[in-house]
Amino acid sequence: MGNLASIIFTAEFGYAILRVTTPILFAAMAALISDRAGVINIGLEGIMLMGALTGVIGSAFSGSLWIGLISAILGGVLMAMLLAYFSLYLKTDIILGGVALNLMSSGGTIFILYLVAHDKGISSSLKSGVFPQVDIPLIKDIPVVGEIFSGHNILTYIAFLSVLVIYIFLYKTPLGLRIRAVGENKDAAASVGINVRRIQFLALVLSGVLAGFGGAYMSMGYVSWFSRNMTAGRGFIALAAEAMGRGTPLGTMLTSLLFGFADALSNSLQSLRVPAEFVQMIPYIATILGLVVYSNQQKPKKVKGEMEESV
Amino acid sequence: MEEIIRMEGITKVYPNGVVANNQVDFSITEGEIHALVGENGAGKSTLMKVLFGQEQSEEGKIFIRGREVKLTSSQNAIEHGIGMVHQHFMLVPSLTVAENLVLGKEPTKGGFLDFDKAVEITKELSEQYNLIVEPEAKVEDIPVGKKQKVEILKALCRGAKILILDEPTAVLTPQETSELFRELIELKNKGHTIIFISHKLNEVKEICDRVTIMRRGKNVGVFHIDEISTEEISNLMMGKEMSLDIQKKKAEPKEPVLSVDGLSYFNVVGRQVLKDVSFCVRAGEILGVAGVEGNGQKELVEIITGLQVDYRGTINILDRNIDKLSIKGIRGLGVGHIPEDRMTYGVAELASVEENLISNRYDDSNFQNKLLMDTDTIDSWTAKTIDEYIIKTDSSKRLVKMLSGGNIQKVVVARELSTDPKLLIAHQPTRGIDVGAANFIHRKLVDMRDTGAAILLVSADLNEIMDLSDSLIVMYEGEIVAYFEDMSKVTEEELGLYMLGLKRQSEDEIGRCFHA
Amino acid sequence: MHSESKFEVIRTLVAILIALLLAFIIILFVSQEPITAFLKLITGPFSSLRHFGNIIETAIPLIFTGLSISVMFQANQFNLAAEGAFFIGGVVATIAAIHFNLPPVIHPLVAIVLGAVAGGIVCLISALLKVKWNASELVSSLMLNYIFFLLGIYIINYFLRDPNAGAMVSYQFKDNAMLSRLIPRTRIHTGLFIAALCIVLMYLFLYRTKWGYALRMTGLNQSFAEYSGINTVKVIIYSQLLGGITAGIGGATEILGMYNRFQWQALPQYGFDGVIVAIIARNNPVFIPIAAFFLAYLRIGADIMSRYTDVQNEMVAVIQAVMIMLIAAQGFLAKYRHKMIVKGAKQHGKLS
Repeated sequence: MGNLASIIFTAEFGYAILRVTTPILFAAMAALISDRAGVINIGLEGIMLMGALTGVIGSAFSGSLWIGLISAILGGVLMAMLLAYFSLYLKTDIILGGVALNLMSSGGTIFILYLVAHDKGISSSLKSGVFPQVDIPLIKDIPVVGEIFSGHNILTYIAFLSVLVIYIFLYKTPLGLRIRAVGENKDAAASVGINVRRIQFLALVLSGVLAGFGGAYMSMGYVSWFSRNMTAGRGFIALAAEAMGRGTPLGTMLTSLLFGFADALSNSLQSLRVPAEFVQMIPYIATILGLVVYSNQQKPKKVKGEMEESV
Repeated sequence: MEEIIRMEGITKVYPNGVVANNQVDFSITEGEIHALVGENGAGKSTLMKVLFGQEQSEEGKIFIRGREVKLTSSQNAIEHGIGMVHQHFMLVPSLTVAENLVLGKEPTKGGFLDFDKAVEITKELSEQYNLIVEPEAKVEDIPVGKKQKVEILKALCRGAKILILDEPTAVLTPQETSELFRELIELKNKGHTIIFISHKLNEVKEICDRVTIMRRGKNVGVFHIDEISTEEISNLMMGKEMSLDIQKKKAEPKEPVLSVDGLSYFNVVGRQVLKDVSFCVRAGEILGVAGVEGNGQKELVEIITGLQVDYRGTINILDRNIDKLSIKGIRGLGVGHIPEDRMTYGVAELASVEENLISNRYDDSNFQNKLLMDTDTIDSWTAKTIDEYIIKTDSSKRLVKMLSGGNIQKVVVARELSTDPKLLIAHQPTRGIDVGAANFIHRKLVDMRDTGAAILLVSADLNEIMDLSDSLIVMYEGEIVAYFEDMSKVTEEELGLYMLGLKRQSEDEIGRCFHA
Repeated sequence: MHSESKFEVIRTLVAILIALLLAFIIILFVSQEPITAFLKLITGPFSSLRHFGNIIETAIPLIFTGLSISVMFQANQFNLAAEGAFFIGGVVATIAAIHFNLPPVIHPLVAIVLGAVAGGIVCLISALLKVKWNASELVSSLMLNYIFFLLGIYIINYFLRDPNAGAMVSYQFKDNAMLSRLIPRTRIHTGLFIAALCIVLMYLFLYRTKWGYALRMTGLNQSFAEYSGINTVKVIIYSQLLGGITAGIGGATEILGMYNRFQWQALPQYGFDGVIVAIIARNNPVFIPIAAFFLAYLRIGADIMSRYTDVQNEMVAVIQAVMIMLIAAQGFLAKYRHKMIVKGAKQHGKLS
């Protein structure tokens, strides 16, 4: 146990939490935007994965990191638009559509990767850029605090900044107001002439942008390459984080940090003499536990049909 | 005053074949408060939805100030100065009053929402019409009466000169109601025109100038309010157009099958929907439950059939307390249930007629052949039942959703009656279906009674209640307000007074319906 | 056939055609030899007995996971843990295949039964979490896939790994444990019979037993089922348990039929493929083998295409996704559907 404490109560561990929370946070914010407009985006996992790949490709071919970022965002947006088109216009069940999107992405990224890098596993032959780490003046000089909060990848700061931006967007702009109105009471929104479908489309696109950021961070920040299925369920974890955060930006940030903590713990414990597989399970188990705690509070009253014969 | 709206020959048929409006003419004079009254299902709401552009009529014309208009969406109607306050508020609960008011046409400052401006707009409007609301309160935190004011303001904010209020007082306390009336009169004095949908006749008398009465999709009369009494309005609303002409012997009630003792129920939001309800249904009688919809009948039925739990009081079916029983357990006592909402509870529309017919007996031992279901027995039983109940379908394997409304209801009735239940709960058994199917179902109910079943018939259709019931209770605001042991002594005029809360029997009289 | 089901068939076919057209367009863009590539994709699988054998081999696991997803979808349970159940079924069968000493026939059967139990447990967890705590089976099942993958890898690495083999693989299975091959020059194995048996049993279960009836009614309209007295809690549990068992049988059969050591390094994705199969087959066991065969045909065609030309087989993922989205799209060809229904109504004299 002392061993565990010596891992957790260190500045490096604090730093690691922020580092691994970043992609979850981006995806959770993506989940938040679409959820607030009343559409569940199960396809986040695939959108993020596609963004990770297109980012690396864009960066490698242009030699510019920022074009890489733009490519990642475009990749995410295109995928999100595909989902939006099918679910909003052709009325494909949005959950099935999301599952399809994930399947498409997990195979499609490999297909594209092979086209450009002639490799089906990893993009190491592509020289893509990596987002720089930035020291924050003043803060970096404070002991412990500086070690935890300074020197992160610039996208990590953008991720946390996005929480604020989304908060302002949702609560302080006309469009944000409409998104919330649509998500909460479609009929009320439609009755005052708001085009519900257009708002939901837009929300999915914004969700694609944020997931694109998450993807860019995965392949050009967290590591410096794309590898197959590298998102490893973060898109799904983000959905759980958003639900547990009750759809508020701040709450979702806190639950994302919680899952980031589990993820960081999982990474740090690899050095202990616990089988790596069990350590790697931590984030997934944490997600299920979180889901159970959250759902249990939301539980509707029991219906009689559900009680019978269980006694 | 000039005519501001005229609707001519409006006919609206819903996709399931229900004729909601049948050649309705309707006219409003500028600056009046005009009541639109009628029973549930008389077509009032549909007519107003057509006027508000939410539904398109098959036939008919709409004129505004003498010019014909086509209203294809709410937006369209709003542009013509029509606003509607729905019975279910079109508000976003987590937003503030001001935000709800400006939604869709938000004021901005530098690209951001201008809250102060929104609050200002709200305050101005609120003062102008003397509809007092707190602009910065969240809608979910304010009482119903205030929400209604927000809805009215929302319409006014979008330039409505004609306001449609769909049963606005249904959700209000008496104090809130009188406040609303003051406000409506003020609006009228400012030149607005108001259409007031209601079935509370004393209210109509109190504030309206004229009244249009609808019955079964038709306009049955327009009157100046001082030309007509509430009793006369009630007669026209309930009016006995045609007798159902059901031949039946006098009932010979035997021992009680269902006894409900001191039943109270609070709904999820904590409102008391049922207040100390006690009655019995005896073998061989049809006990009717009359009442305007929403006076606790729905909850009563759900509790007796096990769909709803967490009630107070005792319910016995054949001397067995149902408190601990599941739905299956209650059905096992010999209970059949024709549910009010047939598409949600009554059928699985994507399953076949056969599958829908057997849902309450699919596990019967005579339908099983070792591990498998005995399809031969089931098929022949289904064929027999389809014949007996004259369900029109070209095959028992056809999906229920391909059937007409009347035939879908026959599927439900066939399933619930063919178990020979000792107690049948029939809730709106013939609503929205054709006369032929309705007559058939009525006949079946009487036959069942004759063979000794106890039937609880809950219906808002007065003809049905009057003709079928052997005895009758009337519910008003969650309470039994009248009991008639002998139907021959009841007139529909009198019944109307009880249903509308204008009259109430003594406790002793009411208590007689508890036969135990 | 009623116009409704006729329409569903047409829509499925049109969706498949559009997807193939898309495949052709993608090939046009990425390939130097598009015609050859497309031909390989379409005709390759039928070019030799061996290739045809490949289709059947690939179809077998797809049948199991297709059935698994179907039974859960029919109950309206969005449980995607068939993936994890399939994987763990293979792991448990591996344990039995290495450590037990049993006569032929009995040995693989015991291994498959144990795999079925393990698979059943995986999906059951989601069901119990839903019934007990109202937790969405969709999210929990996705997490369970990762958890059971890691658990499976742990078991293989720590208890069954063959240190003498170069790669991360288990010890060799006992000869008795493996499913025998049916047709020379192919790897078609007796698992085919097990798959056929499962199809028949699943069909009988869903359409001919009272439990299947209760399950389908719950899936079609849960309120109706409850009102009718059906115990929907039980349905939610046993539908997912059964889905897990079927996927577990699939994993065990696949391992014992196709390999002589456990060698999966990642989730084999058959569980998710099951979603595709189930959707093409409209969750009906009767159509599952056709859908599985079709998907396997596409896969093998893609493999052959990637072997002989410059187009990679992962392209199939894109085609499949488009197929799912189109087949599941209520709005796709909706106008045409409406016309057919109106026409049908006229024929039945409902409209004049």
